[in-house]
Amino acid sequence: MAQLVVNGLLVGSIIALGAIGLTLIYGILKFAHFAHGDLMTVGAYVAFFAFAQGGSRIAPLSFGWSMIPAILLAMIVGGALSVGIDRVVYRPLRKKKAGFVILAIGSLGMAMILRSIVYLVWGPKQHFYVSGVQKAWNLPFDIKIKPDQLFIGLAALVTVALVYFLLYRTRLGRAMRATADNMELAQVAGIDTERVVLWTWMIGGALAGLAGVLLGIQSHLMPEMGFIFMLPLFAASILGGVGSPHGALVGALIVGVSQEVSTEWISPAYKPTVAFVLLFIILLIRPRGIFGTKV
Amino acid sequence: MEDFLNPAYLASFFILVGIYAIFTLGLNVHWGYTGIFNFGVAGFFAVGAYTTAILTKQPATGDYSEYIGGFGLPFVVGVLGAGVACAILAFIIGIPTLRLREDYLAIVTIGVAESLRRVFLNEDWLANGPNGMIGIPQPLHGLVDPADYNYVFLPIVAVILLLVYLAVERGIRSPWGRVLRAIREDEVTAQASGKDIFAFKMQAFVFGAFIMGIGGAVYAHHIRAITPDTFTPFFGTFLIWVMLIVGGSGNNKGAILGSLVIWFIWSRSDWLLNHVPADQQARMDYSRNLLIGLLIVILVLVRPKGILGEEKRVSVYVDKEHPSEQAHLAAKASAGEDAGDSS
Amino acid sequence: MTVLEADGIVSGYGEVDILHGVSVLVDEGEIVAVIGPNGAGKSTLLKAVFGLLKVKKGKVVLQGEDVTNLPPPVMVRREVAFVPQSDNVFPTLTIQENLEMGAFISKSDFKRSLEEMYALFPDLAARPHTRAGKLSGGQRQMLALARALMVHPRLLLLDEPTASLSPKMVGEILTKIHDINQRGVAILIVEQNAREALNLCHRGYVLVMGRNAMEDTGQNLLASEDVGRLYLGG
Repeated sequence: MAQLVVNGLLVGSIIALGAIGLTLIYGILKFAHFAHGDLMTVGAYVAFFAFAQGGSRIAPLSFGWSMIPAILLAMIVGGALSVGIDRVVYRPLRKKKAGFVILAIGSLGMAMILRSIVYLVWGPKQHFYVSGVQKAWNLPFDIKIKPDQLFIGLAALVTVALVYFLLYRTRLGRAMRATADNMELAQVAGIDTERVVLWTWMIGGALAGLAGVLLGIQSHLMPEMGFIFMLPLFAASILGGVGSPHGALVGALIVGVSQEVSTEWISPAYKPTVAFVLLFIILLIRPRGIFGTKV
Repeated sequence: MEDFLNPAYLASFFILVGIYAIFTLGLNVHWGYTGIFNFGVAGFFAVGAYTTAILTKQPATGDYSEYIGGFGLPFVVGVLGAGVACAILAFIIGIPTLRLREDYLAIVTIGVAESLRRVFLNEDWLANGPNGMIGIPQPLHGLVDPADYNYVFLPIVAVILLLVYLAVERGIRSPWGRVLRAIREDEVTAQASGKDIFAFKMQAFVFGAFIMGIGGAVYAHHIRAITPDTFTPFFGTFLIWVMLIVGGSGNNKGAILGSLVIWFIWSRSDWLLNHVPADQQARMDYSRNLLIGLLIVILVLVRPKGILGEEKRVSVYVDKEHPSEQAHLAAKASAGEDAGDSS
Repeated sequence: MTVLEADGIVSGYGEVDILHGVSVLVDEGEIVAVIGPNGAGKSTLLKAVFGLLKVKKGKVVLQGEDVTNLPPPVMVRREVAFVPQSDNVFPTLTIQENLEMGAFISKSDFKRSLEEMYALFPDLAARPHTRAGKLSGGQRQMLALARALMVHPRLLLLDEPTASLSPKMVGEILTKIHDINQRGVAILIVEQNAREALNLCHRGYVLVMGRNAMEDTGQNLLASEDVGRLYLGG
């Protein structure tokens, strides 16, 4: 059981990276970004493309130094792609004051486009960053943890800390939170909300890219990988309270742990269903989420 | 182009157009008329298809297949049963979710569809798990040579489509339908007029789901073999949404037109595949997905109202140009304050 | 010296026009009140001046410069500040963070402006790290005012600052507004609370159905029978 909880925290931290980006976009742009999962997929594959299996292995991790620039590339591509898509698709719709449905369909269309491109370029087969099995470390309480997993956990933790620092200790971060509270008031106060939106996409996209790579390290690469992640991502964001970064983090950990622990009793194939059930329950009893403010 | 004009191909083509048109009409009831953002159509699709399979097939032989039911009932029972099963499903889902705001509802419907898919995949005892159900019987099978069967099935589909179309048209032009339009345009005002919004939404949800069940059943009888992978988010939900948006949501003729256009694009775009070496074919399949994705994004940017656009008037008393007035009038009209409405 | 001249403003929401050619003037150091019945277009006027609504006809001139239809962030750079009637603070941000947002594009030293605000609004200084969402109505209104002042505006636009406040708070807010004006800020204030507004202002305009109805000094309007009958009810 302890092993399951640890696994859950690990998956949860990956979910958190995606969910924080998603919740920022949701909170500031008031827009359910259905293409977020596929953005993760693109990030994972871009890293794969850049990661020429090269560089000496950083023992005891399974991959080499070239993973570091690969991760950075994934984040840059994630951010740039998000901004590009916003400029071409979402912003024109915002200007036209398009309703939620048109935006949702637009983002679902984008998701489809991204996924199709991944399929076309890399094919439908699974890929692995590195082949072979990694030896796990043995910890007390019967917990086994692979060095890769430790890396993932640390990377996620550091990134979340950086995001927090941005949001709570920088002017831009405060402007982002202000815009999420009330975009019109932010404009009234003189904040350049278009700049805030730009940064939101860059950060959200970069986080998605990173989450994708970490997911790829944790399991493997498949064109559907991000889309499957969508339910846990949305569950985490809504559970924690849309727009709240610490909500996304807490929500993600709850979802991750619940998913893993559930395998004790039900088939692992139902993990996303567990996320969905959590989502459903929170919508029934407290729709604003744990940390959400009353709408 | 020759092969397109081949009658056998055409029959099959139009059967699928008809089936998808049924789905699109159902979705139109949900989204086009009531404003319910159902992104889990694939779930209803699957339930409809599996229900009719369970009802119309012979019992499982146990060796290589395992599933519940197998009552060997006739086609009509299968189709109606599928509709009822979906209606019940909609009712169950609807009770807790129809009060949610629209984006949450969307996510919930996605979750339901995905969960249903997993259930069908994992619970082998239910519907044979990943192997699915094969050998679904077809109505009036013995009438003709199997190669010509599509010519028999096509009119059956056409009749069902016609019935569904008439039912939806009738529904939407009734006072009941006007309230639905009012709800979609301006829920707050509609609520103020004293209507039980939830009841209306539920009725629309169930009605649309019933239609989707019928669509799923007809599909199952057409292709004769279904597995959980048949009902992917792409084919089961996304494509249908594209059809509705392309044709014009809130417009029944548009729904049918959209199905025709999109299915045409989809099935004809496989000429792309013919020019690609065999080992790359699996990949190039996705070029069609890409095409559809591009289409929907461009459409959403350029002409979200679709080809035929939304219907301008549901009744003489309702004017698209002034939404709150429309909602108000529609609500009033259905409350019976206008005599002699002759739409 | 005229700070603000709005001339023949036609504006509204979407297709519907609320203002049918309204003109107001605000001179340096003045408090100008705009009163009138509900739906007269008072708030609409402020929003049109500030760039939140489209001015279809007419001009807005700020100290000689044509600022018609410039968007709000640009108006802020021109040292015009607007305090909306409701939802006028950022609820999840603290008092201090709210004030910082007010000074977002400000050229002057943030720390100094902050100290000034805390001196002017001691209530806010007492708990600078409280979330704005937790404040009482009156405190929120004070914070909204303080936020707007962080840019050291030459013109302050206030949309019904006393709305839904207790009588005591109404008095406090109005005193504050008076103090702010004493420091040289020109103020254009829209109020439902006509009596108080006229008491406070130098000059006042009465708007009815989107048009100018009357214009006079605050005292004269207070004394006027018509105004008294129609608008000063309570």
